[in-house]
Amino acid sequence: MTLASPTIRPVASASERTPVLQIRNLSVDYGYDDNAVHALQNVSLTLHAGEVLGLAGESGSGKSTLAYAATRLLPPPGVITGGEVLFTSSRDGHGGDLLRMSDAQLRAQRWRDTAIVFQGAMNSLNPVYTIGKQLIDGITAHSPRGQKEAAKRRAMELLDMVGIPKDRLSSYPHQLSGGMRQRVMIAMALALEPEVVIMDEPTTALDVVMQRQIVEQIMSLKNELGFSVIFITHDVSLLLELADRIAIMYGGNIVEDASAREVYREPRHPYTAGLLHSFPPLHGPRRELRGIPGSPPDLMHLPTGCNFHPRCPFAFDACTTIDPVLGPTRFEAEEPHRSVACLLHDPAAAPGPVPVELGVRPPGVSPLS
Amino acid sequence: MKFLLRRVGFYLFTAWAAITLNFFIPRMLPGDPVQSLINKYQGRLSTDAINSLRVLFGLNTHTSLWQDYLSYWGNLFHGDFGISFTYFPTPVADVIAQSLPWTLMLVGISTIVGFVLGTLAGVGLGWRRGTWMDGLLPVANFFSAIPYFWLGLIAIAIFGVAIPLFPASGGYDGGLEPSFSWDFIGSALYHAALPALTIVISSVAGWILSMRNMMVTVSSEDYVTVAQAKGLPERRVMFGYAARNAVLPSISGFALSLGFIVGGTLVTEMVFSYPGIGYVLFQAIGSKDYPLMQGVFLIITLSVLVANMAADFVYAFLDPRTRQEG
Ligand SMILES: Nc1ncnc2c1ncn2[C@@H]1O[C@H](COP(=O)(O)OP(=O)(O)OP(=O)(O)O)[C@@H](O)[C@H]1O
Ligand code: SF4
Ligand SMILES: [Mg+2]
Repeated sequence: MTLASPTIRPVASASERTPVLQIRNLSVDYGYDDNAVHALQNVSLTLHAGEVLGLAGESGSGKSTLAYAATRLLPPPGVITGGEVLFTSSRDGHGGDLLRMSDAQLRAQRWRDTAIVFQGAMNSLNPVYTIGKQLIDGITAHSPRGQKEAAKRRAMELLDMVGIPKDRLSSYPHQLSGGMRQRVMIAMALALEPEVVIMDEPTTALDVVMQRQIVEQIMSLKNELGFSVIFITHDVSLLLELADRIAIMYGGNIVEDASAREVYREPRHPYTAGLLHSFPPLHGPRRELRGIPGSPPDLMHLPTGCNFHPRCPFAFDACTTIDPVLGPTRFEAEEPHRSVACLLHDPAAAPGPVPVELGVRPPGVSPLS
Repeated sequence: MKFLLRRVGFYLFTAWAAITLNFFIPRMLPGDPVQSLINKYQGRLSTDAINSLRVLFGLNTHTSLWQDYLSYWGNLFHGDFGISFTYFPTPVADVIAQSLPWTLMLVGISTIVGFVLGTLAGVGLGWRRGTWMDGLLPVANFFSAIPYFWLGLIAIAIFGVAIPLFPASGGYDGGLEPSFSWDFIGSALYHAALPALTIVISSVAGWILSMRNMMVTVSSEDYVTVAQAKGLPERRVMFGYAARNAVLPSISGFALSLGFIVGGTLVTEMVFSYPGIGYVLFQAIGSKDYPLMQGVFLIITLSVLVANMAADFVYAFLDPRTRQEG
């Protein structure tokens, strides 16, 4: 994959940013008893209108769980143990807490407001129905009765939009290539022009060339239709390129939330810094991949204090007892938009100034002591 | 289309093989079965019957095997399976024609009812897995493990003898002549109730368990989650996406049980002395009535083939993936 340098987008000022999806203190367990896996612990994340929010993290860090929980599609034995997911339309202001809606409200909300493209969408299409039928039934479920013809026209339009010939409407999934099926899923997600589209690794099962095409297509559709995206992947380099903002997950927590440029140039969390070292630099000579020594936490028996402390090169005494919360960085005055969950940024707990590796300052700002 | 032709070709070939086998088997029986039969019936067999027996068993020394084989096929096409000894001198074809409808009505309908009820219940149980409904599974397990004849005998003991709600044997009231009168039909239904109930009970549990397990598997497929994410009504997701796919593996099992209606009815009809084809086969075996046995076996073979063929086509209709390569 050829990568352009990270596109630097101006970060909108706080007053311009209207939240469409606010996830607050969301907690999810798999299992019901003492052996439950604490897959999400008090996760908070906000998606703003028109934004591409990247969600990255190692395998098993809880990215998919977050996507399923936020849409209330968590399969058993997953249970949401707390939190709220507020949807607020940026078009007409309707919305509410998805986790507290009645079944009927939720059904009406689904697909119309938030659509989702699943990880490994190869199995997202029912093999016994034509793709046309599967596109159309989603549309008719949300439109008045007797709109079958309109739905069919819309389905053709959608296929056209993602570059698939219209006559493929009567094809069965097994008659399409992997890339085409993925495009169908994207078309399906956009059928009702939702405001939020969650994409869980939409390109992992595809080859590199196809990945690139699909990502470019998603971005151009986004610019055209103006929906907001939560883009989930473990490929941080891809996110640097296409996301406005990146949230980094580790062991069921969000540990850092900042603009793509900031994550790349000025990581504030030790894990983010480690993650950036685990893929080759975009420019310049290839460095040796260092990765992060150690293994991800056991979600059934979480370490005390900071989840990352057994692997953190900067860990200090307080890390084993105090669980850091996602909050402002030590440089809050200069970078109010970003947040981090690390005790090094908590003046009350930190043993001294932020280590230089994690304290790179934005250009034009004189270093503080 | 090519797929259809190929399947039809396959089944025609299988039918030919089965019918040919049916021709050779009596010829491989040791000794001279005709002579022993003639002795047994002590002059009660006409010369015609003896001749047709000799043809049937290939003991007709005047003709070659090939000629026998040809006339065997000729007879088949005329519906001539020979003369039954047990019901002498009724032709085998007539014996079968009289008993087959009883079996088809009783076992056929109860097999279908068992499948439909069991599958629907399995859909519900699988969809609501992890709720109190899982508590019904041990009950289903229990019923699927009971041997059929035991269930039948218990049913007769309780509802036929102890609390005589239903007749314990026969297909209709002995005082009535088979006809299309209300009296006769009512009596036939009354007599069929208990055996039908036992068939439904013993088959329904198996369908519940297999359908429930498939539902649980299919419910976790991505396309079911997608259907839910699309905001489709729950019943649409449950039947249109989950059950629709979960039923596919049951189709061949169902076809098999339809095919075995004729062959598998032996125990039921013995237990309930029901005048169907199983009962006829039972008597044919008991009295070494070879022509009748041969006829019944032929019907059993053909019904298994026809049921399988139907299953193939239904499957191809329901699952587009099988249509592709054939
Ligand atoms: N059904 C389940 N039962 C128990 N634990 C589960 C279940 N599903 C997921 N988990 C656990 O929850 C954690 C988060 O899983 P999740 O699938 O959300 O990770 P992910 O970040 O999407 O990973 P990947 O990059 O591999 O897709 C993992 O540790 C996983 O082991
Ligand atoms: S809180 Fe401590 S252990 Fe956790 S990331 Fe920060 S320094 Fe490392
Ligand atoms: Mg995942």
